[in-house]
Amino acid sequence: MNQPVMHSQSQLDKRSKELRRTIIKILDAGRRGHVGSAFSVVEILRVLYDDILHYDAKNPHWKDRDRCILSKGHGCLALYTILAEKGFFPEAELWKFCKADGILGGHPEHKVPGVEASTGSLGHGLSIGLGFALNGKIEKAKHRVFVIVGDGECDEGSVWEAALSAGKHKLSNLTVIVDYNKHQSYSTTFEVQDLEPFADKWRSFGFGTVEVDGHDVEALRKLFSSLPVDSQKPTAIICHTVKGKGISFCENNMKWHHKSKVSDEEIVKLLEQVE
Amino acid sequence: MRQASLDVVYELAKKDKRVFFIGSDLGVGVLQKFKDEMPERFLMEGVSEANIVGLAAGLAMEGKIVYINTIATFLTRRCFEQIVLDLCLHNVNVRLLASGGGLVYTPLGPTHEAIDDIAILRAIPNMTIVAPADAEEMRRVMAQTLDYPGPMYIRFAKGGDPIVTREDIPFKIGKALLYREGSDALVITTGITLQNGLEAAERLAQEGLEITVLHVPTVKPLDKESILKAADRVATVVTIEEHTILGGLGGAVAEILAEANFNPGKKFKRIGIPDVFPKKYGSQASLMKEFKITTDHLVDVLKNLVNSEIPAKLSESELVKAASPKYEASLAIKKEKRE
Repeated sequence: MNQPVMHSQSQLDKRSKELRRTIIKILDAGRRGHVGSAFSVVEILRVLYDDILHYDAKNPHWKDRDRCILSKGHGCLALYTILAEKGFFPEAELWKFCKADGILGGHPEHKVPGVEASTGSLGHGLSIGLGFALNGKIEKAKHRVFVIVGDGECDEGSVWEAALSAGKHKLSNLTVIVDYNKHQSYSTTFEVQDLEPFADKWRSFGFGTVEVDGHDVEALRKLFSSLPVDSQKPTAIICHTVKGKGISFCENNMKWHHKSKVSDEEIVKLLEQVE
Repeated sequence: MRQASLDVVYELAKKDKRVFFIGSDLGVGVLQKFKDEMPERFLMEGVSEANIVGLAAGLAMEGKIVYINTIATFLTRRCFEQIVLDLCLHNVNVRLLASGGGLVYTPLGPTHEAIDDIAILRAIPNMTIVAPADAEEMRRVMAQTLDYPGPMYIRFAKGGDPIVTREDIPFKIGKALLYREGSDALVITTGITLQNGLEAAERLAQEGLEITVLHVPTVKPLDKESILKAADRVATVVTIEEHTILGGLGGAVAEILAEANFNPGKKFKRIGIPDVFPKKYGSQASLMKEFKITTDHLVDVLKNLVNSEIPAKLSESELVKAASPKYEASLAIKKEKRE
């Protein structure tokens, strides 16, 4: 079994803790959600929406916006938190998570302002992003396309079909960000379906590939600001993350991949961890 | 028919820059002119249907009109989830051009026989399904695809099929076409079975039976109004299709006939492929004959139904017997055991 070369050692700053507090409050409102999967992708989304992506929250379909697809749609609690904060939709929607009168469900849908494509069934986002990127290249547009995929998602053959195409078309406007927390629903990725040597796989499919601590805000900012890694290739960024990052009893704990019937006591304990 | 369709794709692409073409791994030289003249909008992405459909969805979300062509079974079964989610949930303008609808690829076996394509796609919201009868009708369909909203599935027949459609009957996606009117029975066709319907009506006319032939190239959305209007006038309704009898044209018509509560009820029969995988090779024609999707069988069915009485309502016990031919035998065995 190959072991990954990197482990995240990052400490969470004030903003990262705040974002997690909001996620917990959404969880409190909906009483369910993919907790661990959201916590592992917070810093990736935070840096993208704070510092990298060009967008207009009041005009979500602005033609020149950068497109960002959360292909691992089950991480949507983190995405909703950031989209609401940026003003894509009223914060009040967060507290109606999974409710009949709300717009935010357990997986993101394109009808939600700021959500580019409906995801939730894994292995779809990269092909759609490939279509966006190919269109951008043909139209000589300046916008870029980011697709965030999960590690378990990379078990899907369609991810690699899309990767082959992206490499063939040398789509330097396309960046795949892999949330490599090394855990999927049942167990570790090493046990369920080992992806290693993971970076080499992306390289061999024609991607300029780099690895980074996926919770290190400075490192992410620096890397995302200097894309593409190779001007003739699409980019793959393997973000070494921790499932459930920031909550000691959630970290690397498969029971927190998805939680339903969350109790009041659990909400209190979760919030204590991000004080 | 495939050539007619691809010719139109080329013509549409020439006049509209939104038009893209994606193939999987098609034969040498397919749409060579398109590739030569508009290389950026011609994509051949390899044997990867899931990715191709997702990629097409991405292009269509950016405002493009994307035509995908490959073999019908691969374009429906392999990438079904991409069709449901990427195309239909997002309701984007992608046109699936499906080669070898029905039993066209009989010599190649069950992996290539598209006997269930209409049934599985019919269940998806936003999908439009069209099965033209001949190359001329294919041209008429294709000409309307540029501005038609949402995803479409267009089923190709073998090619070289006899031209039986008429230009003077105006074609519109979503509309059933009345090819012949008669008061004795109604035959409803889709795809190449229009030919069987017209032939059967012609033969029966010589025997004094007048048959309505309603051609339904668009199986979804179904032109319920025209079908019910035609069915209202006759006692006998027969559907004929090159597709499983489960969930295709026959299934769709059965659903609306049952819900229409005609009184008296209609004598109704679906002709199509039974609920089995084809076991034999040979030709499309030989398998059509094997499954009785023929003019001869259609004539027989129509004659028998028209000449039969509508059965009186069965009692409950009779219904049980009718459902199980072994019912009597099992009763006898039970009686024997008791004794």
